[in-house]
Amino acid sequence: MNDDTSRRVNRGRRKLLAGLGALGAGTLLPGCDDSISRNPQVREALGSMEKLTRGAQRLVASRQSLAQEFDKSDIAPVFRANGTTDPQEPEYLRMVENGFADWQLRVDGLVNRPLELSLAQLREMPSRTQITRHDCVEGWSCIGEWTGVVLGDLLDQAEPHDNARFVVFHCADHTYGRSDLYYESLDMIESYHPQTILAYDLNGDALPVANGAPIRLRAERQLGYKHAKYVMRVEVVESFRDLYGGKGGYWEDRGYEWWAGI
Amino acid sequence: MTSPANTATDHEPPSGSPSPESSNTRLIKRHSPGTRVWHWINLVALVILLMSGLQIFNAHPTLYWGDQSLSENAVLAIGARRTAEGEARGYLQISDYRFDTTGVLGWSQHNDEYSQRAFPAWATLPGSKWLAMGRNWHFLAAWIFATSLVAYLIYTVIRRQRRRQIFPSAHQWRQMKQTFLDHARFRFHHVSDYNVIQKLTYIVVLFGLLPMLVLSGLAMSPTMDAAWPWLPEMFGGRQSARTFHFIGAVAIVLFVVIHVGLVVISGFFNNLRSMVTGTYRINVSDEANQRDER
Repeated sequence: MNDDTSRRVNRGRRKLLAGLGALGAGTLLPGCDDSISRNPQVREALGSMEKLTRGAQRLVASRQSLAQEFDKSDIAPVFRANGTTDPQEPEYLRMVENGFADWQLRVDGLVNRPLELSLAQLREMPSRTQITRHDCVEGWSCIGEWTGVVLGDLLDQAEPHDNARFVVFHCADHTYGRSDLYYESLDMIESYHPQTILAYDLNGDALPVANGAPIRLRAERQLGYKHAKYVMRVEVVESFRDLYGGKGGYWEDRGYEWWAGI
Repeated sequence: MTSPANTATDHEPPSGSPSPESSNTRLIKRHSPGTRVWHWINLVALVILLMSGLQIFNAHPTLYWGDQSLSENAVLAIGARRTAEGEARGYLQISDYRFDTTGVLGWSQHNDEYSQRAFPAWATLPGSKWLAMGRNWHFLAAWIFATSLVAYLIYTVIRRQRRRQIFPSAHQWRQMKQTFLDHARFRFHHVSDYNVIQKLTYIVVLFGLLPMLVLSGLAMSPTMDAAWPWLPEMFGGRQSARTFHFIGAVAIVLFVVIHVGLVVISGFFNNLRSMVTGTYRINVSDEANQRDER
């Protein structure tokens, strides 16, 4: 390499390094100014990392790998309630008043046999009890004992179509008074995971209103916002694009990742 | 090209005029392109990770030991409270000790308005309270940081030259006391090799601190914990992992402060140039002394 080329290469390198430095300095500024974070292209680029994370986590976690289960002695004295804790929807208040006696869970959408099940019918089905750690996206964790129907058993009864790709959970509450109802969705792998249950008991007693009565979803390999409370209807779909904000969940419509594995 | 044995002839200053120090100094190639690129990528990634990490921390500004968040196991909390006179004060609580941190931690100003927030807006990414976006930034930078860390550690272990740069020689171990004394007196030898303090620091950071940050971060993921149950266990539970992640971040900040301080006082331009272009000026007599001692 003669001197001239080597100098040119060096200049090119210097430019690259200066660029990296400028990028570094640039990242210090948005601390005070959110304009970079509000840029739609930046948000899309950042959002695409979610697919990489999901792919990598699906690679290392098998379909069956279980979330850790704890001992009775690990159960928290009070299970922390978050999000909606006291729904004020008149229809819901009526159901609370009569102990969910005429509440029915609908399982429909892309299924051969739509179901309508009362709380008593759900309790008669085979159940699963698990003591697991709930991990909130905010950072805290809480251990509780959940009993409920394995979602896979319900889906087997309903017989999903071959094109079924997601299971959507429709809820009774308008979180923080917003116009849209809370909802969530799982893909078929998480829906058929052995620890994915619709829980009706917490720590041996009927699920309290604060924690999602009469039933809530437990998806133990996902963060807390996936665990929909006050579930009224389970809908099997091919795509959630036409539901609410189109991102597959209440918090997803507000910028959170659909893949809540981390 | 990256060998420290390279002679100075190819690397004279572009001006061509002889430098006043040129009689007893010589330019060498110190840092390989891989090291230099890794270094500056890390700077960008770590700044994003730190600031977005503080945004995430702000969503629940308390740290605990164990699996879950029980108030009796809290070790650190940042918050705000009102005095009897109704004045809001920010505080940092570590174990039983409480410090007034009004204006910075717990209670600080953003857009001309005071509000309760653990870390102030100037330290977080984004500045406003925005957990979803903080997570997006964090995971983008985490992917870049973790993959380049793994690549760099492999590169360090498999390359003989890198191993010699990072692991102290038998002679250096014997000279350890002298090296500490020289450092304490701010006497820096400008030679091609790292001294034993530098090498030990880099080993602890490269093979201890940085991997610990990645692993404790992964231990907070419920899917990772299902896949690798040993992960939260090695930290003593998910909340302990979160606490270690925070301690690791503080350690990185301390490392950077000391690192930049030493870079400045031991020859700022020379050090910075060696990490940008790779070229580093060594002291010929220092270098000769070091060789003779070997």
